[in-house]
Amino acid sequence: MELVSEVVAWFTDPANWSGTTGIPNRLFEHVMLSIAVIVVGVAVSVPLGLAIGHTRRGAFFTVSVANVGRAIPSYALLLIFFTVFGIGFATAFPALLALSIPPVLTSTYVGVTEVDPDIVEAGRGTGMTESQLLRRVELPLAMPVILAGIRTAAVQVVATATLAALVGGGGLGRFIVDGFALQQDDQLVGGAILVAVLALLTERSFTYLERAMVSPGLRRRTPEAPLTAAARSA
Amino acid sequence: MNWEWIAGNLGQIVDATVDHIVLTGIAVGVGFALSLVFAMLIYRDRRWYSPISGLTGVLYTIPSLALFAMLVPITGLTLVTAEIGLVSYTLLILTRSIVSGLDGVPADVVEAADGMGFTPRGRLARVDFPLAVPLIVAGLRIATVTTIGLVMVTALIGEGGLGNLMLRGFNFRNYTAVYVGAIVTVALAVVADAVLIWLGRLATPWSRAR
Repeated sequence: MELVSEVVAWFTDPANWSGTTGIPNRLFEHVMLSIAVIVVGVAVSVPLGLAIGHTRRGAFFTVSVANVGRAIPSYALLLIFFTVFGIGFATAFPALLALSIPPVLTSTYVGVTEVDPDIVEAGRGTGMTESQLLRRVELPLAMPVILAGIRTAAVQVVATATLAALVGGGGLGRFIVDGFALQQDDQLVGGAILVAVLALLTERSFTYLERAMVSPGLRRRTPEAPLTAAARSA
Repeated sequence: MNWEWIAGNLGQIVDATVDHIVLTGIAVGVGFALSLVFAMLIYRDRRWYSPISGLTGVLYTIPSLALFAMLVPITGLTLVTAEIGLVSYTLLILTRSIVSGLDGVPADVVEAADGMGFTPRGRLARVDFPLAVPLIVAGLRIATVTTIGLVMVTALIGEGGLGNLMLRGFNFRNYTAVYVGAIVTVALAVVADAVLIWLGRLATPWSRAR
């Protein structure tokens, strides 16, 4: 296989491991953008989802956000954001953020509403305040579902950050887009392997996060994100 | 919005839409057929569950652009490349929805059917599958809406339907084409979703009686 040896050569070429166009820097750009998006997305969606789930107010709003979010393809979202904000990797941020919110918001809301009402009632009976109920009862019980939603969002953001290169951005997508443009299969496939591995690692890492954040009493098979949040689009 | 451009290029917009529908239809059709095979394997022998869900899970997680990039050196800038990618993304959702649909058939119903003398195959076709339709349709809706979005990415390998319209619009700073492509895609997703809901109702006449 000529392609395999070309790709191996690409990976082992020291020139591809240094400078702003090297693998380490592209990986750094990709990971930093993804982390920034997920952190902000979680900071916005989880409190909102908890509030909506606890009060049961605004459920219609959540479902609508999730449905609209699912219908707009990330690729379309990205192109539209670039027509508004101009070209560049940093402007991929709002587009990716918009993409990360629906899955996290829906799964947080669904996770909280699925908590057994008897348990919440029991907590209320022991004299817990509403905010204690939310923090000590509903949040821990909803945690597996919330994490599943964040996992869906994180994988999607890592995947879509690749498309940012299409509109002049950096990140690992650069190798793929340039590989296509210059018809360099080594760079094309090398970049593709890096992106695929990063996405799979992102997925995997949530298994460990789950182990650390979910109460031992609740540990079971990894739950699926609610169907409304599961659609992928990149 | 440049309305004149829209009026002057209606033919192009319609062509892109038709391409988009065809690409989606092939992907969901082939994906459904493969998922049926997977679901039947799992239905017969549970040991197939882990390898199949592992494989479809990995395929689902690989970003589309990366998957297309890996395929291009092998299968070229062709429809086949686009469809291999699009089909692989439907497998996880469809297989899972068929399996959970079949699993969800109540045990009493299965017992009653066996008692009435259904053969295993007859029961599968005339009892289990009809009762699994709502969940299968739910899976088909998600797979279809998802595929409509993913078809756009295949613009990079020369297909893309409406994604192609958008990408060209973007490259030539013709933002009207970008907005038209996005609006028609969303409309397509909404219509496809509604059609599948309607087909699901047609396939389960008993659910209306309740």
